[in-house]
Amino acid sequence: MARRLQETDVVIVGLGAVGGLATLPLVEAGLQVVGLEAGTWLSRHDFVPDEIRNNTRDWPMLVQKAYLERPTSRATAAQNANRVGGHPMMNAVGGTTWHYWAQAWRLNPWDFRVVSETTRRYGASRIPAGSTVEDWPFGYEELEPYYDRVERETGVSGQAGNVQGTIDPRGNPFEGPRRREFPMPPLRGTAFLEHMAESARSLGWKPFPGPASINSEAYDGRPGCVYHGFCNMGGCHVDAKSGPHVTTIPKALATGRLTVVTRAHATTIEVDGEGRVAGVNYLIGSNEYFQPARAVLIAGYTYENSRILLTSTSPAYPIGLSNNHGQVGRHYFSHHQAGGVGALFPFDLKSWYGLPAQGVAVDDFADDNFDHSDLNFIGGGNLWVMSDRRPISAAGVGSYGRISRNWGSEWKAFIRDNADRTSSSYIQKTTLPYETNFLDLDPAATDSLGMPVIRITGQFKENEVAIANYVMDRMEEWYGEAGAIEVTRGGAGMGAMGPSTHAYGGTRMGDNPETNVVDRWGFSHEAPNLGVLGASVMGTSGARNPTLTAQALAWRTAQHLAESWSSIVG
Amino acid sequence: MSDEQPRKISRREMLKSAGLAGAAVAFPGTLAGTTPEKTALPVLGEGTARGARSAAAPPRALQTLTVAEFEILTAIVARIIPADELGPGAREAGAMYYIDRELGGALSGQKEAYQIGLAALDRYSRYSRGRPFVELSETEQDSVLIDCQGGSATNTGAGFAGSSGQFFNMIRSHTLQGTFSDPYYGGNQDFIGWDLLRYPGVRTGVSATDQARMEAQELPPNHRSAYER
Ligand SMILES: Cc1cc2nc3c(=O)[nH]c(=O)nc-3n(C[C@H](O)[C@H](O)[C@H](O)COP(=O)(O)OP(=O)(O)OC[C@H]3O[C@@H](n4cnc5c(N)ncnc54)[C@H](O)[C@@H]3O)c2cc1C
Ligand code: SF4
Repeated sequence: MARRLQETDVVIVGLGAVGGLATLPLVEAGLQVVGLEAGTWLSRHDFVPDEIRNNTRDWPMLVQKAYLERPTSRATAAQNANRVGGHPMMNAVGGTTWHYWAQAWRLNPWDFRVVSETTRRYGASRIPAGSTVEDWPFGYEELEPYYDRVERETGVSGQAGNVQGTIDPRGNPFEGPRRREFPMPPLRGTAFLEHMAESARSLGWKPFPGPASINSEAYDGRPGCVYHGFCNMGGCHVDAKSGPHVTTIPKALATGRLTVVTRAHATTIEVDGEGRVAGVNYLIGSNEYFQPARAVLIAGYTYENSRILLTSTSPAYPIGLSNNHGQVGRHYFSHHQAGGVGALFPFDLKSWYGLPAQGVAVDDFADDNFDHSDLNFIGGGNLWVMSDRRPISAAGVGSYGRISRNWGSEWKAFIRDNADRTSSSYIQKTTLPYETNFLDLDPAATDSLGMPVIRITGQFKENEVAIANYVMDRMEEWYGEAGAIEVTRGGAGMGAMGPSTHAYGGTRMGDNPETNVVDRWGFSHEAPNLGVLGASVMGTSGARNPTLTAQALAWRTAQHLAESWSSIVG
Repeated sequence: MSDEQPRKISRREMLKSAGLAGAAVAFPGTLAGTTPEKTALPVLGEGTARGARSAAAPPRALQTLTVAEFEILTAIVARIIPADELGPGAREAGAMYYIDRELGGALSGQKEAYQIGLAALDRYSRYSRGRPFVELSETEQDSVLIDCQGGSATNTGAGFAGSSGQFFNMIRSHTLQGTFSDPYYGGNQDFIGWDLLRYPGVRTGVSATDQARMEAQELPPNHRSAYER
């Protein structure tokens, strides 16, 4: 029998990027909050600059729950789903922000209005067949104050390109207007990145340093980044990375109104006779607890958000909580990360102490920033060249066909000369949701508790493949201009999508309850005191990483809960 | 800083810096019960990092493989990254010690693959070249490894478990790990691997001045393990 605990105002499931952030607006409004977190506390002392641990063995991935419940995947519903590879999300107070890359993008205004803008400019027929894409229920302007708030509260560095309509050529001219500058200047660059920026300018493009959830200088009691080169899959040893574990959670705890329960694995959400949520069941080891609450916010990342709804069945919700319209798991998509472009240069790049958030971006070919009249796709890609290198992976670089064997003296001479001469670009591309791409519970695969895991049915469609080919051409052009002596490109990818660290949908947000799980505030259309936090509510991805947008939405949802408390909790 | 004597690190501090203290640790199937931390611990305290400073790596006790297996392995890693006019290679870096040690720990899932594969490689060498692998000339050893990597040694009755190419690629990637990882793991002795790549070493911070010095080819390599304080 589960032990019934004392009721609280709000329980949040998961204290990662979004759940950990949402604690602060709630406690600041005077609400009592319990945060259930499957992982534990970590500290900066837990991280060492050790490539074997962080990268070769992916310790964050092997450690935990996220790994044990990694989804199965298949390209189409006609196939069997397999469980392949790992899934590198982190379970800890702070979640995946411990070891993520911390690129901190806002979406561009177009991303909120894909359907209406495409229709206006090119005609409705240009929306790809089978796509279930909708406009967001609001525009960029609605989210701007929350972006601004999160950038200040957590600490984001970058170069503004558009402050209240005034374009600053040092930043991204395509971004939506921001009310003011970033709280901190961008991260330091390197000579190579400056060279890449120069090459982009000579092509007539508009390069800029990308935004990062990393302090570029001392901010809010934490130091600036010290550029040690182990950011990728490693936590920050000086707390310069601005995850909630060092930003919002400590502040929320200081109010005395947040209780953090670690090693708490939430299993199901209970509902009362009227279909309102009543609280959360969780396990610590084999001990069962029930935490009653007046409102519940789920924030366990995209796969867990759909899973916990689908496994929480009751007479009011026979096929899953908030799923009486059959929308949980629908409108799923993830970024198309195939189609990378790599280059070999005839000089050392001096990238040894770089980090993935230190780079130069070009947005000219993202979203609708260029004319698609004569193209066979909508959307595009953000081109990102970063500096990030460690010795084992540097020794493992391909030889660009320059030598025949990947061992022996000839190869040794090659890596001696070229270990620091390769660059790989990270190209983030628009992916749309489609009718045939979705999440459901796998009928066969289970996690360590015997609960079904999520099954991903998904495949990139023609629009995504066309984007990939187009932006790879642009990237090749850029590397060529910069003097690369060899360029390789990946395939455009038509297989199963597979689990992703940029996974969207499953609990989409929108005004229409027939096609969306949550309303414009992030609350269930069916169970009014249930909110959903994370990229699972996003209906489009844009051509940029999700977290800052998911955090801005989470802040907005939490603030709305506090401001509309009595109407939501009834 | 680099002249400081490394101070003795307590087990508690080690676990902490290794990311273990406070972390919920659970490993999937094949790795159950073995963690990199566990295997790394017994050899760390005094030995590895400091021992790595001595000019010629002294032979170390084997932890997993037999002497015969270890000799074959040593010969293989010496061909994957040979000592040549460019300087020492994987054998001098002690990559085979890394493999031997980790096969009793984080790589224990592959221990059998090594045992079967090394025996098969030696058998293939005897069948096809008339002598055990370690007795072949370097050129002959290379030709055996080429057969192995290309897969033509697979169905020869030598007894490779999967394809011979799979076996070769496994050894190759572990040789790279042993040569280029932090010396904490038992390889990369004398920072041979990092020097080969011209990697200036693990640092806890790199100032703008350091970056500028690196770009001007003036940043001296930091010959220090991340676990040496
Ligand atoms: C290597 C890597 C690099 C990345 N780089 C970037 C980047 O540069 N920019 C960017 O925007 N995004 C990046 N991402 C993606 C980013 O990490 C995610 O978008 C973000 O962390 C998602 O936030 P979340 O709160 O939904 O999930 P998480 O941050 O993963 O947090 C979820 C939390 O919920 C907990 N939890 C889950 N289920 C339960 C349960 N049942 N009970 C209790 N607790 C539970 C988990 O333990 C975890 O702590 C990266 C991801 C990875 C892996
Ligand atoms: S690169 Fe900067 S932010 Fe990243 S872990 Fe190192 S010091 Fe921290």
